Amino acid sequence: MDSSQLLGITTFTYLFSSLLYMAILVFKTQKLGTVATVFTGLAWLIQTAGLGLRWVESYQMGIGRAPLTNMYESVVFFAWAIILLYLLMEWKFKIKIIGSFAVPLAFLAMAYASFSTDLTKAINPLVPALQSNWLIAHVVTCFIGYAAFAVAAALGIMYLLKSISPDLGEASPSLSVRFPSLTIIDDIIHKTMVFGFIWLTAGIITGAVWANSAWGTYWSWDPKETWSLITWFFYAIILHARYTRGWSGGMIAILAIFGFVSVLFTYYGVNFLLSGLHSYGSS
Amino acid sequence: MTLLTQIWDFFSSVKLAICTLCALAATSIIGTIVPQGEAPAFYVNKFGTKTAHFFQILDIPDMYYSWWFLGLLGILSTNLIICSLDRFPLIWKIITTDNLAIVPDRVEKMQNCFMWEFGTNKLDRIDLASLLNKNGWKAHSRKVGKDEILFSQKGRWSRIGVYIVHFSILLILVGAVMGHLYGFKGSIMIPETESTQKAFAYKNAESLELGFEIRCNSFILEFYDNGMPKTYRSNLTVLENGQEVLTREIEVNSPLTYKGITFYQSSYQGYQDFILTITENSSGESKQFIIPFQQQMSWEGKDLHFGIVNAEAIGKRVVRSKIWFKAGEHPASIKWLNDNDKTTLTSGAKEYTLSAKQLYATGLQVAKDPGVWIVYIGCGVMMLGLYLAFFMSHRRIWLYKKNGSYSPQLWLSGSANKNKMAFAKDFGELKDSIEQAVQR
Repeated sequence: MDSSQLLGITTFTYLFSSLLYMAILVFKTQKLGTVATVFTGLAWLIQTAGLGLRWVESYQMGIGRAPLTNMYESVVFFAWAIILLYLLMEWKFKIKIIGSFAVPLAFLAMAYASFSTDLTKAINPLVPALQSNWLIAHVVTCFIGYAAFAVAAALGIMYLLKSISPDLGEASPSLSVRFPSLTIIDDIIHKTMVFGFIWLTAGIITGAVWANSAWGTYWSWDPKETWSLITWFFYAIILHARYTRGWSGGMIAILAIFGFVSVLFTYYGVNFLLSGLHSYGSS
Repeated sequence: MTLLTQIWDFFSSVKLAICTLCALAATSIIGTIVPQGEAPAFYVNKFGTKTAHFFQILDIPDMYYSWWFLGLLGILSTNLIICSLDRFPLIWKIITTDNLAIVPDRVEKMQNCFMWEFGTNKLDRIDLASLLNKNGWKAHSRKVGKDEILFSQKGRWSRIGVYIVHFSILLILVGAVMGHLYGFKGSIMIPETESTQKAFAYKNAESLELGFEIRCNSFILEFYDNGMPKTYRSNLTVLENGQEVLTREIEVNSPLTYKGITFYQSSYQGYQDFILTITENSSGESKQFIIPFQQQMSWEGKDLHFGIVNAEAIGKRVVRSKIWFKAGEHPASIKWLNDNDKTTLTSGAKEYTLSAKQLYATGLQVAKDPGVWIVYIGCGVMMLGLYLAFFMSHRRIWLYKKNGSYSPQLWLSGSANKNKMAFAKDFGELKDSIEQAVQR
């Protein structure tokens, strides 16, 4: 059993998890919810083992580095962070329906990591610039933030679906009847965005400190840095609009989705469309 | 309304903050699409004369330092300062106010509010303060006539969280300005065994006096088996007035700082010359020679003659070289040697140790940034502020014992400035707990 097998299994288990959570929407059985949670928890443990094994394998190859250094590994870690965050949210808010929106994102990430031919899965050693203790801190903080923004966007979609379907009570044929109330979704979107914002801030700060220790400049307006700042501005605007101008509901839901588009561009678009210091992330 | 108050109101508005942040976010995109800091000809080639001229007018090639971008940052800073000054006194009042002096009417009209009525005076036998205390609310109380008010609060300092965040942004900007005013960024290329007292600034290629001398003793390149670069390492010595002060190895991510100036490993350059080190084993005497490719040199006084007659390279990197070595009238030895490796040659009765390596120059970034610590403190303060602002809320609880003209009443009310749903739940639990105690 090697790490790529475990991570391959994870892809399929996340697909199955997604289907289980979607089934909760259709069939109203309590048991199904428990099954979905337990299964997803197990899938996450398999992925954790896969990531851990990849770390061990890198030591066996004499390289010895955390599995967080190229596009493939970051996508896998992104999926891992989404599931971890979702499970914590399920435990805190006790709403399983969110799973049918959040877990598929993790599956999509894993499917992209597993089946894309653009990504190198080989464990390569680190170039000098990446040989730093800041690597783990920077990647982990950023991706917890990204995962939170992903879940916030999923909640945004959920909010919009619920708000456009007519409220016919329990008799409604629409599945959105089973969603939590708009007020509750709105509250969770906000909390998730706040959580992501703090981690994104920490991610930008750790990146700046690292850049300063490697290149002698904590901010060089490289496209990746600039886009992370644009994303930071974007969420700062949403938070201000909510606190002081009373924006909520549909507007915030739409902004949560656009915010995630900005996150995706920062994470993915910049590596492939723009050139800069983070080019090692694109292989 | 006077002009001054109009200006004040303009700069203290959240609308302005949102507009400025939008403008900063939107314009920042330009600099990620249009490459920054290239020569004017680059923009003419890529975008055409007209667009390039337009870019020049708006400082697009260096937009993050342009007058209008710095202007936006200036507006943001002014906005942050004025809006904080505008609101802080009120917040300070809320934090330090005497909550026991509340008008009883307000207790009865809060969103989270509950009232118990009693037919008897059993309320007097209940220690309300310790009841609140038991539920995690440390209370103060005050008698007002026949009535009594108890108050307890949590997280009142979280109200300044948002101002701490605003202050931290200003700190970071101050740090950045300090760095630009009193610091510099430059680079130097020092060939091995040589030293310099100057660096060259990025901005204008002006020479910068370091105030001391820095020497590159050696530069080492290492590669992984698959050809990826593994290590760039320079051995540097700092000299003052010709005296060696400090010797250290630096790598990428591990710089050397001396007198506020930091040297970062950033690049290298290979030459066609070699460094040949010869040691006479019997006497232990050793000497280093910089020797051009395929030229003969001698160690005068020792009657040693040597040269690099051939070399093998990957790209511009020499992996091994062929040494020709002749001592006196003894026959010459010729030997292939891996780069930076050593060998022992015997010539007549004497043994010599030879090592050869390609001559490199190390490329260093040189930076002095006295503002960096202010920026780091700003970052730390920002994390603290965000935590206070988002994860904590100011929650207040009042318990009002009303012995009015009617039957005695007990009012419980409370409010939170954030996360009201969670507070409503906590409030409900507190209510249940008090109910249990008073109904017993």
